[in-house]
Amino acid sequence: MKKVKANKGSIFTRVNDTNLLLGITVIVFLIMYLGAACILGGAFTKPQAFFNILNANASLIITSCGMSLVMITGGIDISVGGVVALVSMCCAVYLDYHDGTILGSILIALGIGLAYGIVQGFLVAYLDIQPFIVSLAGMFFARGMTTIVNTAPFNVTNEAFNQLKQTRINVPGLGTYNRRGIYVPTYAEIGVLVALIVVLVLYIMLKWTKLGRSFYAVGGNKQSALMLGINVKRTKFLSHLICSTLAGVGGYVYFLHVGSGAASHAMGMEMNAIASSIIGGTMLTGGVGNIIGTLFGVLSLSTIQNIVSSAGFDQAWWTGITIATMLCLFLLIQSVIMAKKKKALKTT
Amino acid sequence: MSKTKQNDSFLRRLISNQMFIPLLALVLLAIINLINDPSFFKISVQLNNAGNAVLSGYLITILDYGSELAILAIGMTLVTAASGGQDISVGATIAIAGSAMLHVLCGGVARPTELATPVFVAFLVACLVGMACGLFNGLLVAIFKIQPMIATLILFTAGRSIAAWINNNELPIVPDPKFAYFGGFIPGIPIPTTVFIAAACIIIMALVLKFTNLGLYTQAVGINEKSSRLNGINPTFIKILAFIILGLCVAVAALIKVSRLSTINYSVIAKDIEMDAILAVALGGNSLSGGKFNIWASILGAYVIQFLTTTLYKFEVSSDALAAYKAIVVIILVVFSAPTVRDYMGRLGKQLRAKKEVA
Repeated sequence: MKKVKANKGSIFTRVNDTNLLLGITVIVFLIMYLGAACILGGAFTKPQAFFNILNANASLIITSCGMSLVMITGGIDISVGGVVALVSMCCAVYLDYHDGTILGSILIALGIGLAYGIVQGFLVAYLDIQPFIVSLAGMFFARGMTTIVNTAPFNVTNEAFNQLKQTRINVPGLGTYNRRGIYVPTYAEIGVLVALIVVLVLYIMLKWTKLGRSFYAVGGNKQSALMLGINVKRTKFLSHLICSTLAGVGGYVYFLHVGSGAASHAMGMEMNAIASSIIGGTMLTGGVGNIIGTLFGVLSLSTIQNIVSSAGFDQAWWTGITIATMLCLFLLIQSVIMAKKKKALKTT
Repeated sequence: MSKTKQNDSFLRRLISNQMFIPLLALVLLAIINLINDPSFFKISVQLNNAGNAVLSGYLITILDYGSELAILAIGMTLVTAASGGQDISVGATIAIAGSAMLHVLCGGVARPTELATPVFVAFLVACLVGMACGLFNGLLVAIFKIQPMIATLILFTAGRSIAAWINNNELPIVPDPKFAYFGGFIPGIPIPTTVFIAAACIIIMALVLKFTNLGLYTQAVGINEKSSRLNGINPTFIKILAFIILGLCVAVAALIKVSRLSTINYSVIAKDIEMDAILAVALGGNSLSGGKFNIWASILGAYVIQFLTTTLYKFEVSSDALAAYKAIVVIILVVFSAPTVRDYMGRLGKQLRAKKEVA
């Protein structure tokens, strides 16, 4: 009897949170992209435009995935932007001033990420300190360290690195012919490949592994997760570890995209990562979220930035204002959905 | 219980006092400076650029530049206590309020020859803008139940952009030298004006806390929202009020910040001040998850942080690298105030005492 009633409830009770929020995001993205292609036309109709968005935002996708993971577990990590800047500065200094190798620089990136993850994860999970405070300090530490490592921004001249930076992967079947009839292949950078692998691995992990499910359990209700025999502290620790490591990977991908080290790199990236996760349907309260949603969150965010800048509002401040407006909008949607859901559950 | 009370020595009572940690930090910093360079504490009378005899010295600098922080710490303590979260948008809202103030003062012209409106009106506008930002944050937190730090993240991202947008990305310069009095010195008075402004804010807040129920209600909402509602307090109103008061504090801080330069730099003004303000609250021994608060400890914390900043500058740390050192201080602070660590230390202390008794 009860079950039938629940099934007849409003849409908010029938569809589960994750799918509903994911659906909203995907629809918003498609409408925006198609709208841009129809109205603004031009660049948006070519497949390369889409891949340019991917190329420029591969590192954001990777860091956002880590962010989603932490947010699903009920935490937050605002140090990722700082870590990205620190990684690119350290790698740049290592490659140029110390004649480093590619492998070494990758190891540096991973090492910084891991170290961050271990310290922050320990502080958050085992010492019960608010994740926001820990990662705020982490962010300031990373930003400060970046200027201590090297103050002036500079471009990397290392040959092996520049070769890797120039490497492009042609996407088969999506090339276009230019005016002279020459075939121009659509390309993606290596970072995009890394980002897609990260998305795939995390998706599988969250969906089908015991660890992945325990992330949701801990974020949803710590107490009942503990009752189920999940090691809550270890799960939290792992979520921060993975997030910071992904920030390290994202930092390297960012470095590979821009090819320079600067203290001002990735300013506000943590914001964009949080915004993407929220737009992608990850709940701040924890327990709800989806990596595919995050991917679409990043795409929506960068599409709207592209639309804003190609529609003539190309002053720098419009980007900040649009992202904030979008974030605000999606936060309100989440809040309203949660309130309705609570009401619907109460009435049944 | 009575037994432990008897065992309470003077030292233990001192340690359990909330003022202990900021005072200890202050003494430590003072000792470090005394060892490094005793001239740190020298205060002399010098002529400044305007030809006034003013007090100068590191201690005066700390009092001067700590004012904004102390003012912000008042509001931040209330917000922390009521909502159990922190407002990270204060730096960005200072930019907005300052930008609005400049827009009104200069009448939208980049290089005006005289003030378009009196300073008082411009300050009122800044207050309104600050309160509007506070109201926005407060509504998101209290009505839409978004975590304070996330809700304020919106203005944190957009704030500096909005500030640049208000003045069309121009940097108006206030033509009247009298405007610089707020962030500098009034002729004939050797003490920085900011010290008076900060003192006025602190006195007003003290009176408000003394003669109204604001402090009690804020603590009640912070400790348990549900039971405070059952006791007839409106938690939504109290939370929004806390954010609006912070908005007022932001407007005052914006007045000082803009007055110091007579102009504004959107991306640099009050940069990282949110970190310092939160740090001041934490250093004051206030729980960052809401509830009981001690505004005096926060204000003391703010001056201690300014002391730390000045000391770091004295050691020739560049302003960009400053954040890294402060972050280490924050981590040490939060680790020692974490409940788990406190429990552990308490147990350790008990074991030690037990061993002593056996011996």
